[in-house]
Amino acid sequence: MKSAIGRFVAWRLCVAAAFVIAVAASAFLLVRLAPGDATTDLAMSRATPSAIEAARHRLGLDQSALAQLAQWVGGIARLDLGQSSRFGRPVAGLVGESVMNTAVLAVVALLIALAGIPLGILTGSRQHSLFARVIGALSLALVCCPPIIGTLALLFFGAATGWLSIAPGHLVLPALALALPLAAMLERLQSQAAAEALHAPDILAAAARGVPNGRLVWLHAGRHALRSVLGVAGIVMATLFSGSIVVETMAAWPGIGQLMLKALMSRDLYLVAGCAMAGAALLAVGNLLADLLRAALDPRVVRVS
Amino acid sequence: MSQAFRRRWSATFGISVLVGAVVIAVAGPWLAPHAPDEQFEDRAYAPPTRIHVFDSAGLHAPFVHPLVLVDRLARTYREDTSVRIPLVWLRHGLVSTTDPAQPLLLFGADPLGRDVFSRLLFGARLSLGVTFLGVLGALVIGAAIGALAGSAGGWTDGGLMLIADFLLALPGAYLVLVLRSALRQVLETWEVFALVALLFALAGWPHAARGVRAIIASERSREYAEAARAAGAGSWRVARQLLPAARGFLAVELILLIPALLVAEATISYLGLGFADVSGSWGVMLKDAENGRVVVDAPWMLAPAAAIFIIVLATQLVARARMAAGEIRW
Repeated sequence: MKSAIGRFVAWRLCVAAAFVIAVAASAFLLVRLAPGDATTDLAMSRATPSAIEAARHRLGLDQSALAQLAQWVGGIARLDLGQSSRFGRPVAGLVGESVMNTAVLAVVALLIALAGIPLGILTGSRQHSLFARVIGALSLALVCCPPIIGTLALLFFGAATGWLSIAPGHLVLPALALALPLAAMLERLQSQAAAEALHAPDILAAAARGVPNGRLVWLHAGRHALRSVLGVAGIVMATLFSGSIVVETMAAWPGIGQLMLKALMSRDLYLVAGCAMAGAALLAVGNLLADLLRAALDPRVVRVS
Repeated sequence: MSQAFRRRWSATFGISVLVGAVVIAVAGPWLAPHAPDEQFEDRAYAPPTRIHVFDSAGLHAPFVHPLVLVDRLARTYREDTSVRIPLVWLRHGLVSTTDPAQPLLLFGADPLGRDVFSRLLFGARLSLGVTFLGVLGALVIGAAIGALAGSAGGWTDGGLMLIADFLLALPGAYLVLVLRSALRQVLETWEVFALVALLFALAGWPHAARGVRAIIASERSREYAEAARAAGAGSWRVARQLLPAARGFLAVELILLIPALLVAEATISYLGLGFADVSGSWGVMLKDAENGRVVVDAPWMLAPAAAIFIIVLATQLVARARMAAGEIRW
């Protein structure tokens, strides 16, 4: 059994590493092969051809794409991710700061969103109560508020009532905008799963044995239902990241999404690749943790893969 | 019984909203009272024009009062209640005023004094059009690849699903943004339209492909598939025989892709990598509602957000009813 878990973790780590490398390399090649590069603005500002040539040489753009990629990958081992053409600073430092900011935002948003799970168990175990209907309607409305709409709504709410700080660089607004639709999604999913789990044979058997209702709902059926939520962990992570790019830009939170956007706009090759790598790594870590949690709850996961 | 009734009712409501949105998008130019880029003088952030039927002189046909700019800096306006301007139907758009100097601003005006209602109608063509085309593309690509993978099996299956899983693990917004930024940045509106739809199709197919593949792979061992193979059909022909089994799944996939891509259009245009500012898609319009002051002083600038919310809600209601009917699960 121990070796099975070990092999499972090792396999997942390999997959994660391959994922990070594939993401970084594809981002690198896409931007490198796209028309225009970081010197396009320079060319438009009527710089002399020799100055442009010098800039291209400095940025490594006079080599072939594959040679440049190979050089970049070689640098990763020394933690050298190249130099940002836009900020004139090493990419590693820039990316390090923003990846921490995004991680903080994502973790806070996830923690808020997790409130949807107990709510879902509550509504799922008493489906026809007034409470379940109110929460159900609320989550329906929130599911329809993707981050761009949610941020605007919260901005309106905050500016109109003053109950919420809308100053740039504050964590509350972006975290809520990310978390609320996710919380609603988790609540709906968990509610459905909990309602179904209460009819599962082992739960009926436990009820017949005289296990008290609270214990039945929260421990027995809850554990059943949690599996279905962990099953969408990958989707949750990807949604968090997708949303973070617009939320960070709108709420001026200096995270990886905002940095990536700036890098893309100015064709900052190394910065794009660095952001892609850091983002993919963060995503992979999140997915790995979710996998481990799933394995802990359901040993079958380990055996199947 | 009441639950089943509510579900049926909400599905009908959802579908009516979606159909209505399509009709409005198609008929937009004939319904809009003004051109989307027409700027009215002294109307920056003007509030929605109020339509009256009643004043001190009694009851009248619907009319509006002229709007008078009180303070240019504070952008305050007042109605001149001594004058009545009657409304006419179907002369310029669905309804308009009889005085060209006094525009009918049903949803107020934006910072450049343009009619938000007309811009919303014209923007619907771009936003809903690109969504529709993207959804269609994603479903076609997804069905084709899923069918191929499911019926061929082996290395083809493994390779295609590896690509699908890789794309699925990527956050959609990043995928579309990186792909978009790899293209030329300044493009004509129709070029953006076609390219963004293509990007949406390329980013949206994996989920559909995974589902279709699972259905085809389980249908493959059925007798009619055996019969097709025995008759000498290749894997592509067999796939075409099996594809109708995935129809229900694709219908739900369609309903789930619409909100995702509609929001994606708003997001990338808002971030400056979608439609250009002159085109006025819903995402472009939302750019004007960037800070708390604007949003509170001129909440009508959030009209595109409300429109997106309503359409997403409609798709949710339909999807939920179909899922509750047991046709598909997540």
